[in-house]
Amino acid sequence: MPLAQRPSAAALAADAETRVLVLDGAMGTMLQAHDLREKDFRGTAFADASADLAGNNDALNLSQPDIVRQIHLDYLRAGADILKTNTFSSTNIAQSDYGLQEAAGDLNRAGARLAQEAVAAHTKATGKTSYVAGVIGPTNRTASISPDVNDPGSRNVTFDELSNCYREAAIALIEGGSDLLLIETVFDTLNAKAAIFAVEEAILDAGVRLPVMISATITDLSGRTLSGQTVEAFAISVRHASPFALGLNCALGPAELDRFVADLSAVAEARVSVHPNAGLPNEFGGYDEAPDTMGAAIATWADKALVNIVGGCCGTTPAHICAIADAVAGKAPRPAFRASPGLRLSGLEPFEIAA
Amino acid sequence: MTDASRSFVIVGERTNVTGSARFRKLIEADDYDAAVQVARQQVESGAQILDVNMDEGLLDSVEAMARFLNLIAAEPDICRVPVMIDSSKWEVIEAGLKCVQGKPIVNSISLKEGEAPFLEQAHRVRRYGAAVVVMAFDETGQADTADRKVEICTRAYRLLVDHAGFLPDDIIFDPNVFAVATGIEEHNDYAQAFFDATRRIKAELPHARVSGGISNVSFSFRGNEPVRQAMHAVFLYHAIQAGLDMAIVNAGALPVYDDIPDELRTACEDVLLNRTPDATDNMVALASAFQGEVREKTADLSWREKPVTERLVHALVNGISDFAAEDAEEARLAAGRPLDVIEGPLMDGMKVVGDLFGAGKMFLPQVVKSARVMKKAVAWLTPFIEEDMKHSDRKSAGKIVMATVKGDVHDIGKNIVGVVLRCNGYDVIDLGVMAPLEQILDTAKREQADIIGLSGLITPSLDEMCRVAARMEEDGLDLPLLIGGATTSKMHTALKIAPAYGRAVVHVSDASRAVGVVGTLLGPDNAAYADGIRTEYDVMRTRHASGRGAAARMSLADARANRVPIDWETYRAPQPNSPGLTVFEDYNLAELVRYIDWTPFFRTWELAGAYPRILDDSVVGEAARALFDDAKATLDRMIQEKWTVASGVVGLWPAAADGDDVLIRGVPVNQAYVRLPMLRQQMSRGAGSARPNFSLADFVAPVETGIADWMGGFAVTAGGGIEVASREFEEAGDDYTAIMIKALGDRLAEAFAERMHERVRQDLWGYAPDEASSNTELVAEAYRGIRPAPGYPACPDHTEKGSLFRLLDAEANVGVSLTESFAMTPASSVSGWYIAHPDARYFGVGRIEQDQVADYAVRKGWSLQDAERWLAPNLNYAPGQAAEAA
Repeated sequence: MPLAQRPSAAALAADAETRVLVLDGAMGTMLQAHDLREKDFRGTAFADASADLAGNNDALNLSQPDIVRQIHLDYLRAGADILKTNTFSSTNIAQSDYGLQEAAGDLNRAGARLAQEAVAAHTKATGKTSYVAGVIGPTNRTASISPDVNDPGSRNVTFDELSNCYREAAIALIEGGSDLLLIETVFDTLNAKAAIFAVEEAILDAGVRLPVMISATITDLSGRTLSGQTVEAFAISVRHASPFALGLNCALGPAELDRFVADLSAVAEARVSVHPNAGLPNEFGGYDEAPDTMGAAIATWADKALVNIVGGCCGTTPAHICAIADAVAGKAPRPAFRASPGLRLSGLEPFEIAA
Repeated sequence: MTDASRSFVIVGERTNVTGSARFRKLIEADDYDAAVQVARQQVESGAQILDVNMDEGLLDSVEAMARFLNLIAAEPDICRVPVMIDSSKWEVIEAGLKCVQGKPIVNSISLKEGEAPFLEQAHRVRRYGAAVVVMAFDETGQADTADRKVEICTRAYRLLVDHAGFLPDDIIFDPNVFAVATGIEEHNDYAQAFFDATRRIKAELPHARVSGGISNVSFSFRGNEPVRQAMHAVFLYHAIQAGLDMAIVNAGALPVYDDIPDELRTACEDVLLNRTPDATDNMVALASAFQGEVREKTADLSWREKPVTERLVHALVNGISDFAAEDAEEARLAAGRPLDVIEGPLMDGMKVVGDLFGAGKMFLPQVVKSARVMKKAVAWLTPFIEEDMKHSDRKSAGKIVMATVKGDVHDIGKNIVGVVLRCNGYDVIDLGVMAPLEQILDTAKREQADIIGLSGLITPSLDEMCRVAARMEEDGLDLPLLIGGATTSKMHTALKIAPAYGRAVVHVSDASRAVGVVGTLLGPDNAAYADGIRTEYDVMRTRHASGRGAAARMSLADARANRVPIDWETYRAPQPNSPGLTVFEDYNLAELVRYIDWTPFFRTWELAGAYPRILDDSVVGEAARALFDDAKATLDRMIQEKWTVASGVVGLWPAAADGDDVLIRGVPVNQAYVRLPMLRQQMSRGAGSARPNFSLADFVAPVETGIADWMGGFAVTAGGGIEVASREFEEAGDDYTAIMIKALGDRLAEAFAERMHERVRQDLWGYAPDEASSNTELVAEAYRGIRPAPGYPACPDHTEKGSLFRLLDAEANVGVSLTESFAMTPASSVSGWYIAHPDARYFGVGRIEQDQVADYAVRKGWSLQDAERWLAPNLNYAPGQAAEAA
């Protein structure tokens, strides 16, 4: 039985037809400005947490909701069409570092709700429609890479463990009101496949079909994910998710990503999304790329009709998003692309048997 | 081959326990290393997809499938190609699907059990993101005729496309290859039926593919490989013509159709195409003549003909460990010493790997493989190296604790560094990934590590490294810290990490550099090297700081004009009761106990809170009390059993300020004076600010006042016994007491300095004979006079400790000496100046301008560069730039 779509899904698809949509920028960069301390991370929600929570940005969804909501609003005012929820690490696997594995569901629900509250406020003030992408991060474990150089066959996480934790996150993100889901910063495609598996279950569970975006991370100039796949091999590996958009984010800045955006755009049957970092990290782990240069780089992608959705990852701010929104305003989105028939498989590299 | 075969795909079949006896034996014998090599050979031989099958009754097929797929996932030259997960058991297929990141093919599912299970499995295959092979098999059995084959495949196709959400592109049919030439007449048409069905499926079912397991066809000729392979080649030739897209076949063994002897090829075609009634008989008759003719092709081993050093490099770069031991042995026999093999060709190879990785021409999994080759070679060499060391008196080179910091999972670089260091004879304790700082420090302490190495790839790890460094400082660790990993940098290390930790902090940009750095840090020139690094980082820090906009400073002349206003006319300088040197040998430790400031002691043990309130703290109180009891007990033993000898020296000398210098006349009085140049604050004071620009020289009566003022100095130590005693406990495995002793040693040295200052004020100098004294007041510094230490904020030039120690003759009098970087040994020692003026106070000099640095250089008899080097942390400008501007 086909599942009903959320009304927002149709609106989102319609918007994507007409223009290049803008994703928001980094949450972490904005949070840094608040100079939050351990007690702030705890708030009253986690006053009794047993481990240190400083640095657990996702905990703020419950301990400092006003700050998170305000950042969302800042991004909407800067011109973002789609907010990313502050739930990158809200999986029970990632939260177990902080002893908050039990809170994963609540963090996701709260993360989606805060973003929806910001969207509602913004819509009320401006009449503009915006969307909330429930973010599902990779966790801090890799299903394809051994943690032990002497035992290449060992793994510190299994597909089932990952899909269980992703399912919990996805269900909560949907419950919290996400308009779409974003599986992002994919450094190991097997993790992403577990997330896709879980998201499909969550969607069946919720009885409502949500668009899903999937975004990989190219870790260096070799053009591979951390687990070794090329962009095209990655696109083939996740094609079964029929993603709303397929993208690249994090690790590199727009200049370094340029080549790979073209690679992805050449093969993706989904819409293409890109949300790069504000350049490469400098010596201090900060990001230096200015909003205008980032906007200019992204404008060239829009000029070539390579992208449908653009935004920012690490180091970006509302100023960057504003520049990006200006840069793509009035430019045509990448037209839909359907690959010629063929059996496409992948290992680390793509493999095709043409029809 | 023909045009039609261009897009034909070979699926390697040698990693199939049902197709390869050798592979089955390897899996049964648990020899997965060799099994992985089989996969590599398949790919090297041209297999474009790797068939993996573990369907053997005695195997735990689920476990074997997952294990093998996980193993080849670590081999980039194998897993670059897609996998075919081949099993007749669904649970084996599903286990395999959970192990591959790419898009594999499932081989196979069928309608054998009916539509419901077929659809259920198809749904799941799609959700795992795989293509699927469907066998021409239904509820009534396997299809043997072309019609049955097409009928079943058509039914399956509709179910997959219409009900399971499959794209036709992802559907592959296996219309069953059965054995021919069996002597049973009904079997004679089996190959032809396959060709016909293939043709029709390709025509009638859009985008679907056809695959087949070829070796079945020649089953009658088992034992006669040349004939079987010829049959396979001929079968493929015709099947491909009919539209076959892929076949499971031993790619290395397959002869080229045109190379098959005419007679044999014709016989094969007669059998396969069922062209003549006597085809089978002819084939059987011919078979024995071709026994043993065709040889299996082997992997490209031309690189094996190169010289051994090149072979080692090749093996490292290509991650081939097969020959690692054998090549290492050959290289060892040729080398002077076994270690030369590691330091020579193996390190060269790792350097190439590092360069390729850096250039984006290799990626992580390959680097990991290279490390394994390295390890294998080293494992071979290790016994020889140990033997060699026995003869050459070499010791274990040192112990290194390494970890990827909390919050980070990236440890490849660290692992490589670990491997490389182990190769060079170091003991490496690898704490793996996500190591909490407590674990890192505890391990380093417990293992008495010589070096800690931290690694991280993601940006938040930088902060964690800073935290580790800060904790190392707090815990009083005395070992170098190496920083490595992708986002780390020399600048960040210099700017953020090095300042947090007072010992050597070195950024290591790659693994090949690590050995050199570690070797130097643990070698005889370590102090000079550490100094060099420290200076380099100091300069970088300074450059950076000045690059980011220097803070407002006033000229030295203006600063001097704003010196501390002291009314010298009314000042009566106290004359000391005991001028000159007073030496305290074997000072009574018991007397010092009440002067101990316990708060830092608890901080050492990560118990936060001020003493004595900490003892009643609701959270840590109990632990603090237990620790305090142990500390007192240990302290009692230290004192009773006299584990260490504390000694101190105090000097009180006539002194006068000459500008920003203090002139000290050692005793006897006729001795030439010693000039102690002091530094002055240069920060701009806002208009209307009454705040002076401090210098210690301001608190000593200027020479022109004619006042006979005095200044003092001291050096005290808790003695070398602290370290000896601590080591004894460490060796006995009692780390707790060992750490306790050192912590107490430091506290005793500080207490000694406090007590000595009190005695100076009350007695030796005697300017405050009646001052009230409780320990709280001492710690709060609520008394007249200060004891600033060279190298600390009020007089940041460490080299002035040299003058102090000469005045005190400290090495002879108390057995404390200075290292090249002007650190005191033994470590539990404290030194400083005494200044008695009631207005004297502690302050920080802060950043200074080049005018003062140049002035200071003249006063010190240094070059400007020397001054900039020693004062680097205090420069308000980048030395190079300022020189140009001037």
